[in-house]
Amino acid sequence: MSTAVKLEAKSVAAPVEMMTVNVNGRSVSVPKLMPDHNGKPVPTTMLQACQVAGVEVPHYCYHPKLPIAGNCRMCLVEFGLPMMGADRKPILNEDGSPKIAKQVLPYDPSQPRGAIACATPISPGMEIYADSIATQQMREGVLESLLINHPLDCPICDQAGECKLQEYSVEHGQATSRFVEEKVHKPKRVDLGPRIVLDDERCILCSRCVRFTRDIVGDDALGFVNRGSYNTLTHFPGKPFDNNYTLNTVDLCPVGALTSKDFRFQMRVWFLKETKSVCTSCATGCNILMGSREGKIHRYEPRQNDAVNSCWMCDEGRLNYKWIGREDRLKTVMIRRGNAPQVVGKWPIALAEISARLNAAIPGSVAIIGSSRQTTEELWLLAKIAKKLGAKTDTKVREGEADKLLVNADRNPNSTGARLTGFLTEKAGNNIRAIVEGLKVGSIKTLLVFGEDITTLGISSALLDTVDCLIVSEILPNATTAKANYLLPGCAHAEKRGTLINIKGRVQKFMKAVEQPGEARPEWEFLNELAANIAGHHRFVSIEGLFNAMAQDIQPLNGLTWSSLGDQGVTIAI
Amino acid sequence: MIVKRAELSFLERLYLPTLLGGLQVTAKHFFRKKVTMQYPEQKWTVPAGYRGAPYLVKDQVGRTKCVSCQLCEFVCPPKAIRITPPGSSNGLDSGVVEKSPLEFDIDMLRCIFCGFCQEVCPEEAIFLMKDYSLTGTSRSEMIYNKDKLLALGGVHQDKIQKWKRKAQEALHQGVTP
Repeated sequence: MSTAVKLEAKSVAAPVEMMTVNVNGRSVSVPKLMPDHNGKPVPTTMLQACQVAGVEVPHYCYHPKLPIAGNCRMCLVEFGLPMMGADRKPILNEDGSPKIAKQVLPYDPSQPRGAIACATPISPGMEIYADSIATQQMREGVLESLLINHPLDCPICDQAGECKLQEYSVEHGQATSRFVEEKVHKPKRVDLGPRIVLDDERCILCSRCVRFTRDIVGDDALGFVNRGSYNTLTHFPGKPFDNNYTLNTVDLCPVGALTSKDFRFQMRVWFLKETKSVCTSCATGCNILMGSREGKIHRYEPRQNDAVNSCWMCDEGRLNYKWIGREDRLKTVMIRRGNAPQVVGKWPIALAEISARLNAAIPGSVAIIGSSRQTTEELWLLAKIAKKLGAKTDTKVREGEADKLLVNADRNPNSTGARLTGFLTEKAGNNIRAIVEGLKVGSIKTLLVFGEDITTLGISSALLDTVDCLIVSEILPNATTAKANYLLPGCAHAEKRGTLINIKGRVQKFMKAVEQPGEARPEWEFLNELAANIAGHHRFVSIEGLFNAMAQDIQPLNGLTWSSLGDQGVTIAI
Repeated sequence: MIVKRAELSFLERLYLPTLLGGLQVTAKHFFRKKVTMQYPEQKWTVPAGYRGAPYLVKDQVGRTKCVSCQLCEFVCPPKAIRITPPGSSNGLDSGVVEKSPLEFDIDMLRCIFCGFCQEVCPEEAIFLMKDYSLTGTSRSEMIYNKDKLLALGGVHQDKIQKWKRKAQEALHQGVTP
């Protein structure tokens, strides 16, 4: 599908030179050149032609985003080429159609000669027989060879359920094994690095991991040693496999050879509900799938989006999910009056009291510290409240080290959103000094804090004691929440819906994977109520309506709707 | 269609012949072989292949055969089975059988004794045994945990012992299994 979409987009840009080949008896027109893993146009392969024709060719080592290796042999197909006469003109049948010669072994013309579809370019008039008996036999043979030394320990293998070896064995393999000899045993549980365990017996030597880490990451850490049945994947001695992208090899591995130490033996994959989401660990906004079961998130996996993260994500972002299920998550509304300790409160009371206080506040006496981890909708509602109250606003700056692949120096996922919604009127971090001064001299009496521990921003706990009304919305307890007059438990991004705008202006929505704990509520819901009470804003009942209204209000988002964002988001001019 | 109620004959209206007929049946049964069983003092011997309660087994060397593949949990129609896999706490020195369940619960109130778990098990680790009368005084008591299931299941004489064979093969080739 994605290929077809890409083709369409290309044909608009420039006329694409097409070529006609025949797949399973059906003529298809495919471009002569198609992008390779770098996006550079190279001659179209038989496998790509089959994909265009909607015919699936099984493969292990081929991956659209990796250089082609052609070593698994799984994509072998029988094919035929137009016969050429001595004058280099095609020989025609009686009906005028070109005569096709099925390719055979030169030393035994009774046997078909297969070609690996992933690495063989197409030529005009080529016929590909992806379903023929000879092709099926080739697949059977390849699978039999791959399974000879495979340990068949599916019951204890993490890959079971999403294993290409299992799938193809069922689809294309033989029902029984003819192998009676002793299997070759290889090292199991090889500690490759801090996040990866390798089971060499399961490895089918497709070399996807080797190519990924060498050609995509640029950390040439893996390689094969020994020969024949003893061919073994390993890392170079004294060089641990520890770059920031190692866990992508676990996704790439078509079998269960490379396993994630984090996900190892946690949960069988068929129980996992997959939710489309976006990574919030930096401003790149990698598209992800959250795998959860019964309200517990078990893993993140990258989701392909060529405009953002291709098929990859970094290890740091991938493992940054454990806090969502933490036991000490804030679960109840807490209210503290004066110097009394915090007591459990109710949402309607808290929201009514906050609305009343903010409505009564003198313009300029309120400050709002938001977070660039919040969704665009939440920041927009906060911006509306801030504008009405004449409040100073700021967010916390999070800077880290960028790398050349995915990680962005800006570790806030929605800095662009904070700016576009008008919540940030100046550069992030510029207003905080003025807010601290305002708190010290007492000109700021009410402080709204969303999703940040402001004691890390130079506002001491002692200073927070002097604030008349401290309204905090948080997910996890911290020094700021301990001082709150109104503590509103919020939701992690896995527990609500919303949009984030990445550093390049990609507006992406994320979906809800798990239920929030206790009485926590999505921030946009109660901000919506506050904005209605304070700024006379429309009361939205759904995130769709809220987003659509926001898109009309913010100029660069004009014309966008929640549904038009799709799964992959839309890039806007910023 | 309306069925007319038949008029009773004189003998039928007399009632006594029918009563005597009934007494005759009762009297006959006094001299027949007895079929009633003094349950629960006396227990029924179930036939071979009877599907009673599912229990876990150990093999002859005392290894819990279950490797927590969770296929039974997946296939269980009433969702009576709940397995907690070992998680990544299972170290790199676990030996050839890398997994075994941390927890294995069967809610016997939910179990419908269908035998799917036994059928799907790739390790021959769970069997429907002969117990058909499970009782308890609370719901939590009826959730059998791993220890209880293993104690009730006993030992299964494993003829193949595939994991042991694998380990021996590997050792023979000089590879740590």
